[in-house]
Amino acid sequence: MTALEETAVRSAQPVSLERANYGDRVFKLVLTAAAFLIPILLGFLVYELWSGSRLAIDRFGFDFITSSTWDPVAEEFGALPLIFGTLLSSLIALVIAVPLSLGVAIYLTEFAPKAVRQPVAFLIGLLAAIPSVVYGLWGIFVLIPVLRTTAFPLLRDALGFLPLFQGAIYGPSMLAAGIILAIMIMPYVMSVSREVLLAVPNTQREAALALGATRWEAVITAVVPYARSGLGGAVILGLGRALGETMAVTMVIGNRHEVAASLFAPGYTMAAAIANEFSEAVGDLHLSALAFVAFVLFLVTVLVNAGARLLIWRVARGSGAGSSAL
Amino acid sequence: MSSRRLSCSLLLILVMLAACSSDDRGRQPGESRATGSSAALTGAGATFPNPIYTKWFDAYHQETGVRINYQSIGSGGGIRQFTEGTVDFGASDAPMTDEQVAAVKGNVVHVPTVLGAVVATYNLPAAGNAALRFDGPTLADIFLGRITRWSDRRIAALNPGVKLPAQDIIVVHRSDGSGTTFIFTDYLSKISPEWKEKVGKATSVKWPIGLGGKGNEGVTQQVKQTDGAIGYVELIYAISNGLPYAWLKNAEGAFVEPSLKSVSAAAAGARLDPSTDFRVSITNPSGKDSYPASSFTWLLLRKEGGDSVKVRLLRNFIRWMLQPPAQRMAAELHYAPLPVPVIEVLQKQFP
Repeated sequence: MTALEETAVRSAQPVSLERANYGDRVFKLVLTAAAFLIPILLGFLVYELWSGSRLAIDRFGFDFITSSTWDPVAEEFGALPLIFGTLLSSLIALVIAVPLSLGVAIYLTEFAPKAVRQPVAFLIGLLAAIPSVVYGLWGIFVLIPVLRTTAFPLLRDALGFLPLFQGAIYGPSMLAAGIILAIMIMPYVMSVSREVLLAVPNTQREAALALGATRWEAVITAVVPYARSGLGGAVILGLGRALGETMAVTMVIGNRHEVAASLFAPGYTMAAAIANEFSEAVGDLHLSALAFVAFVLFLVTVLVNAGARLLIWRVARGSGAGSSAL
Repeated sequence: MSSRRLSCSLLLILVMLAACSSDDRGRQPGESRATGSSAALTGAGATFPNPIYTKWFDAYHQETGVRINYQSIGSGGGIRQFTEGTVDFGASDAPMTDEQVAAVKGNVVHVPTVLGAVVATYNLPAAGNAALRFDGPTLADIFLGRITRWSDRRIAALNPGVKLPAQDIIVVHRSDGSGTTFIFTDYLSKISPEWKEKVGKATSVKWPIGLGGKGNEGVTQQVKQTDGAIGYVELIYAISNGLPYAWLKNAEGAFVEPSLKSVSAAAAGARLDPSTDFRVSITNPSGKDSYPASSFTWLLLRKEGGDSVKVRLLRNFIRWMLQPPAQRMAAELHYAPLPVPVIEVLQKQFP
């Protein structure tokens, strides 16, 4: 570099930097504000929930999450059946939706003919645009009659030796809620999984195939392990949605404050209880108990998400080691 | 370019936030200043009378220019907002309790507007087309889980000649808090001491048995789809959806078909004192035509204080509502209108 060029660069730099700096600073400010807005909002939300539930916290304390009584007249409140229902219905949803969505995503990225890929992905994405109340109505009018008259009796005949599939069949039940939730979270899990699998470099597949793997083996040994953490993220997204879903669940779950072993028995979830009782709750303690339920729901969501992330983090570390070995 | 777009969206957020906060704080003074022909009153509360209130407020606006905004957020919310003074009037399907009245220092007037009633609807194809008949104690024991089969002796004794199958009874109730539940549990509490002690009356209660359906439609679907189910729904909903419903035995021992007429008769049979505060339950009243599971729905006004213009406007509306044209609108929308004795008492209280 000549001296002349050097001075030219030096004199040019401050000017352009200064101009860039101005825009940069505004840009940074805007982004910072946007980034902090959400945590601040969350902080307010937590504070509001906590202060709203003070009355119930003082009154019931820890018993709130171990008691099953929910009696607005006597003002006795316990949320165990609600917590149980939220966790169990979400678990059922994951058990049904995750294998299906992953299967669809793997098929669409690895096996499906080109002409099929886009249309099918688009149609599944459409499922996400359906309002949950429509899912609920569909559940009441279509799903539940089928479950009650056909699917549940078959399940009871085949698997009736398990306590999960015993007892009277009403239709509205924990299992019905889990199935509706599974259908609702599938498009999310499927879409994200598909994006993650698409992002797996082709060299990964080619390397596996070059070693003599079949396509199936290539997917299982090279593609899926590479995408593990992303796939885990997809599942978490679905789980978060299942935990908080309200309208469709309350329409099909039977709304009964009870912890039952059978999946055919009606249950209740936290979100459903809040939606059902909040508008007509009159007593201060009743309202406060509902706020407490919301607070517990928030804590449960945070805990479950943190647990799931931890799991993924550990699995992802394992996959890193695996891929380096490969 | 992207930074400009971002700052644009940030600006939008700020504007929205500003709009929100001004919505919260600025609305009250802004509207209380409004007077004369552009005057606006705000109210909130019960969802059950929302269709007739909307109709009345619209008709009243066209006649007088006074605009009344009503938000059907539920009775509980109505009482809460009324107590906090964020609305000019509240509306509720259940009268305020003594503690709630104490919370507003007794500064409340309950004005009944129309009547609601609850019917027991069922799905029992084996029993044919005949309307089933129940009395209060039997109904209470069904919903308490004491009577579990349709062929129970007590049901059979009330329904001679009806073929009752040896089938399990599946109870369906409302899962959401509702005035319908209040009327139903109020009635059962009056009839059955055990119900009163174990369950009590409220907009949501601890149900001993059964499935919860969301809203009248949720209960209805559940009952329609389940052979052997029994539930309870609002009378108007049952009529307009052609549901089968049971006759109930009233205080005078007569079986009464639920209808707008028998519900109005119940209010007339309640025999109100001229100085009543209308905070009364009219379930299980006297009169042999009275349908026993019915109740008023109320507007909640302040007795004193507040904006004098608004007080005057609200009183004008009440007088207007008691006139025959407004009462006819209620009947057109299938609400049981107030009976003449109640209107007379109200007219004396709102001269």
